[in-house]
Amino acid sequence: MPKITVNVDGVAYTDEVEPRLLLVHYLRERAGKTGTPVGCDTTNCGACTVQLNGVSVKSCAMLAIQADGAEITTIEGLGNGGWHPLQRAFNEEHALQCGYCTPGMIMAAADLLRTNPHPTNDEIRQGLEGNLCRCTGYQNIVRAVRRASEAGAAT
Amino acid sequence: MIPAAFDYHRAATLDDAVSALAGGGEDAKVISGGQSLIPLLRLRLAFPSLLVDVGGLGDLRGVRDEGDSLVIGALTTHDEVTRDPLVAQHCGLLREAAETVADPAVRHRGTIGGSIAHADPAGDLPTVATALGATMIARGPGGERAIGAGDFFVDYLTTSLAPDEVLTGVRVPKLGAGWGYRYLKFNRTAQAWAVVGVAALVRRANGAVAEARIGLTNMGTKPVRADAAEAAAAGAAATGEALAAAGARADEGTDPPSDLHGAADYRRHLARVLTTRALVAAAGA
Amino acid sequence: MTAEAPAPQAELGRARTRKEDARLVTGQTNWTDNIVLPGMLHMAFARSPYAHARITSVDTSAARAMPGVIAVFSGADFPDQGSLPCAWPVTPDIVIPGHPPMATEEVRYVGEAVAVVVARDRYSAADAVSAVEVEYDPLPPVLDMRAALAEGSPKVHPAGNKSFTWEFSGGDVDAAFASAPVVIDRTFRQQRLIPSAMEPRAVVAAGAGDEYTVWSATQIPHILRLMLAMVTGTPEQSIRVIAPDVGGGFGSKLQVTAEEVISLLVTKKLGRPVKWTESRSEGNLTVHHGRDQWQHLRLAADRDGRVHALDVDLLADMGAYLMLVTPGVPLLGAFMFPGIYKLEAYRFACTGVFTTKMPTDAYRGAGRPEATFGIERMMDDLAAELGMDPLAVRERNWIRHEEFPFTTIAGLTYDSGNYEAATARARELFGYDTLRAEQQRRRESSDPVQVGIGVSTFTEMCGLAPSRVLGSLSYGAGGWESASVRMLPTGKVEVVTGSSAHGQGHETAWSQIAADKLGVPFEDVRVLHGDTQISPKGMDTYGSRSLTVGGIALNAACDKVVTKAKRIAAHMLEASENDIEFSAGRLQVRGDPEKGQTIQEIALATFAAHDLPDGMEPSLDSEATYDPDNFSFPHGTHLCAAEVDTETGRVTIRSYVAVDDVGKVVNPLIVDGQVHGGLAQGIAQALYEEAVYDDDGNLLTTTLADYLVPSAVDLPEFTTDRTETPATTNPLGVKGVGEAGTIASTPAVVNAVLDALRPLGVTDVPMPCSPENVWRAIHNAGGQGNGGAQ
Repeated sequence: MPKITVNVDGVAYTDEVEPRLLLVHYLRERAGKTGTPVGCDTTNCGACTVQLNGVSVKSCAMLAIQADGAEITTIEGLGNGGWHPLQRAFNEEHALQCGYCTPGMIMAAADLLRTNPHPTNDEIRQGLEGNLCRCTGYQNIVRAVRRASEAGAAT
Repeated sequence: MIPAAFDYHRAATLDDAVSALAGGGEDAKVISGGQSLIPLLRLRLAFPSLLVDVGGLGDLRGVRDEGDSLVIGALTTHDEVTRDPLVAQHCGLLREAAETVADPAVRHRGTIGGSIAHADPAGDLPTVATALGATMIARGPGGERAIGAGDFFVDYLTTSLAPDEVLTGVRVPKLGAGWGYRYLKFNRTAQAWAVVGVAALVRRANGAVAEARIGLTNMGTKPVRADAAEAAAAGAAATGEALAAAGARADEGTDPPSDLHGAADYRRHLARVLTTRALVAAAGA
Repeated sequence: MTAEAPAPQAELGRARTRKEDARLVTGQTNWTDNIVLPGMLHMAFARSPYAHARITSVDTSAARAMPGVIAVFSGADFPDQGSLPCAWPVTPDIVIPGHPPMATEEVRYVGEAVAVVVARDRYSAADAVSAVEVEYDPLPPVLDMRAALAEGSPKVHPAGNKSFTWEFSGGDVDAAFASAPVVIDRTFRQQRLIPSAMEPRAVVAAGAGDEYTVWSATQIPHILRLMLAMVTGTPEQSIRVIAPDVGGGFGSKLQVTAEEVISLLVTKKLGRPVKWTESRSEGNLTVHHGRDQWQHLRLAADRDGRVHALDVDLLADMGAYLMLVTPGVPLLGAFMFPGIYKLEAYRFACTGVFTTKMPTDAYRGAGRPEATFGIERMMDDLAAELGMDPLAVRERNWIRHEEFPFTTIAGLTYDSGNYEAATARARELFGYDTLRAEQQRRRESSDPVQVGIGVSTFTEMCGLAPSRVLGSLSYGAGGWESASVRMLPTGKVEVVTGSSAHGQGHETAWSQIAADKLGVPFEDVRVLHGDTQISPKGMDTYGSRSLTVGGIALNAACDKVVTKAKRIAAHMLEASENDIEFSAGRLQVRGDPEKGQTIQEIALATFAAHDLPDGMEPSLDSEATYDPDNFSFPHGTHLCAAEVDTETGRVTIRSYVAVDDVGKVVNPLIVDGQVHGGLAQGIAQALYEEAVYDDDGNLLTTTLADYLVPSAVDLPEFTTDRTETPATTNPLGVKGVGEAGTIASTPAVVNAVLDALRPLGVTDVPMPCSPENVWRAIHNAGGQGNGGAQ
């Protein structure tokens, strides 16, 4: 079986993987990163969004073997041991209810702020178009991303 | 869901990819970003025996200026296309359409080559390639060949690429001064596929339309050109009224599907309305 | 002089950020699919590809031989699999067909489970599913409710396609219609929806000896435990059900599913833990669907807009079987069709119809959205018919605030409400008159983009439910809720609740109630729920009942703690119990504030138990079970402005104002969040979502690429506000908020679309008001929708 080495949230892992193993299953079941959930089969929901080499990707639409050599950041590593400004803002603005979409939503928002540190509300909505939430109606998510951007989350 | 098992080969060079495909036979498939293929694998709608991963072939990534044209490496991601200064300067239509593909995370992985080789008639970039009259560059065991868009897209999810050929790049003409463009994607939700899309290019001269090129998304089993509308637009005044007359012929010769996202008659109607709007925008009318 | 300490902020009404979030925003969650147990096996189901077929053979041998496969079972391997429960036999003659968790003789919808593969890992399980060989003898599908009731239709079940007809009437309906100058007669379609909670279902089951634990992504751990015991014959005391973090429900996890039952049976049979996690496409097929009704409504009115009578005739698609509360869903609507209006006569009839589709059951609002859509559409249509303003028509008919309590023609007693206040506020926030003026301008200029204003003045019933009412409606259980409060020796508090949160914020709101009632810091309260061993008694979470029933139970349990504490304080302070005052966590002697003890001090003293009143147990802990006397009736006025591109048919919501009256508010952050999410789902029904089956009974909308759950781009910014008319039926004055947004918004949006299009001759657009449906309505009316056509 092919072997891959990946760095997940600052820790290097070397594992044998079946080629068809999805990255999200690798993260959840091999690296123990269960903070990243799976919500669909078709890249629509975005719950599984992580950062791969600094940009957002949907870890259910990638093979683990394709991540060989990559640096991956999940929701569990985003705050570097503390809370990232987005995590704080999601709490402060009540931007989550059941919380299932939240890891992906925050990772997508982090990517948005990376490329656009001070987005308008419309730009926030556009930036999160690949992440579905069934609880919040998105209103407080937009507020939270705004709040984080004002707090300088991108830096 | 979970893909069925397959073998996997990470290509070290382009030649390596071609020979792996040749050895893999009919059921070998190329993967790069995998944004179209992996969902199909997960839904068990595709069962390749071998995936040849060309994702590591850095030579296939990036945009080259070749005088009258740009060559966009097949591995250039949608996100890179939207940010590339050469594309912005010389082929704004492609940038505009690439921005509408899926969502930011998918655009980070999905590639122009993958999108075009997947040949989904609901895809945005095949339509743009068709409107631009792009040339697809492929490498096979016999070397490189160039395939015009009209010959490249054959049918639903079918191209004229041989099983052992790899799409390496897309050559698009530079749009000189005087060309305007607009890609209009009509979808029901932000992430949804186009019900209908229209890629319009208009060259204006002396207040009139000198030339128009129109590609249609999801109006048949492959991306199509709206020939009748193009002909009607050529020479027309750059006014809303004149362009509406051209747009009204957009669906001539098309054979749009009837499916969950739209019946054929509605698609025909949308093609007419959207073509008019796209022409007006492209002509600055 | 000492500076006076600032008065502590009241907990009730305070916008506390949520305690739950600490684990949810950091990924330290405990979803069912995260659970890994030693020796755990993975299950995957072979499912019917046919809408209707006889099973002629099931051969599992090839699948059994696949790598990693431990066992493969079909229904025949579980002679004790029982029948999935229906707890709501709405009429004495209702047909409730047997519903085996795995079909043995006949399959009746695409996706029905036929066999289960158990393997060492989920990939091997998925592979082996395709090796299960099932032979079918196809039977004709039954897909259309009306055709299903026609003579000669193929039958879903041997007893036929009708499950029940439930009827209700009040007043003289026939006389009212006979004398009415205006009759509005309409037929509306409530399309089938897929609830689409973000977390797919998952189950883990494990045994030790003859004791079993089932973890499930469920809204109803308590009901599930009872039903697993009844269905499988496993003694109830041997089953523990845990709902860990649950990623949304909206009714879809208010169910006892085939997969849960089979998980328990397989773990019993194999003696090893098993896990099953569905994929989204599997879930779209097999998580119960919602809505799906034909509504025939007639409204009798005067020319001045006064409404006299309403006649409602429903066909409700049950799907292939009756699940937990399938037949009861339309009944919940039966009481809400009269809405906020004073009708003199009302008749309701509903026939439940079997089809070869996934069963329907509760989805956010469950019956009330359908009813509210019906009446609010009719009120707008009446206004249009009479050339009146739609708000004026409503005002002419609604219950005035001084008329409460008011018993409606449907027999419900609305305790309180102020429709005038909510409407006035909504009108002001919306800029109603300005928008009407713009609408007029666009009409006059034949603008291709027309604008419409939609009104929804709704009420709904929450707080399911008074047990005696449920009994009178033949429901199989009660509607009480339980709570207990444990005072720990350190003065910290554990609250145990029988309602089972899955996003609603119980841990925060219940902490606020306990902190307020006991005078302890918010941070000192921990809320426990969702585990039948920790919270042994409960009726779980659905029907906007948590706060209005469970919250009141907690309130009562806190009162009992205080009563006990007073007795102990009196003893310790050598005062009469009647002289002990309790305020802000301190028990003190009236008139002698120096003499007092904090509740924490009392808790420690009670734990030590060195000196308690004679005969008093050494415990402050208390439990209360609350059974409401009446429902609660939140209401509100929602106004929607929609732009309709008459050339493409696209609808864009330009502004949406929701003024809700949910009574007293415990946590405004949570309330606003519930409203936002509710609006999103109601708007999604109006504009985007529909579960579509083809002519063979295959579901076409199996993925989120085809079933269009809206994203942030597809929804507007909402303007929300509240009026506050406290409920008089419970001590907290609360009414419930979980479903209000969904119930109110669907008709507001569709009314806006129709308001935009009436001048073009359009009288109806079927939901969802997709661009194509809107265009077709315009086109068929001969309006402008043909723009660009030759």
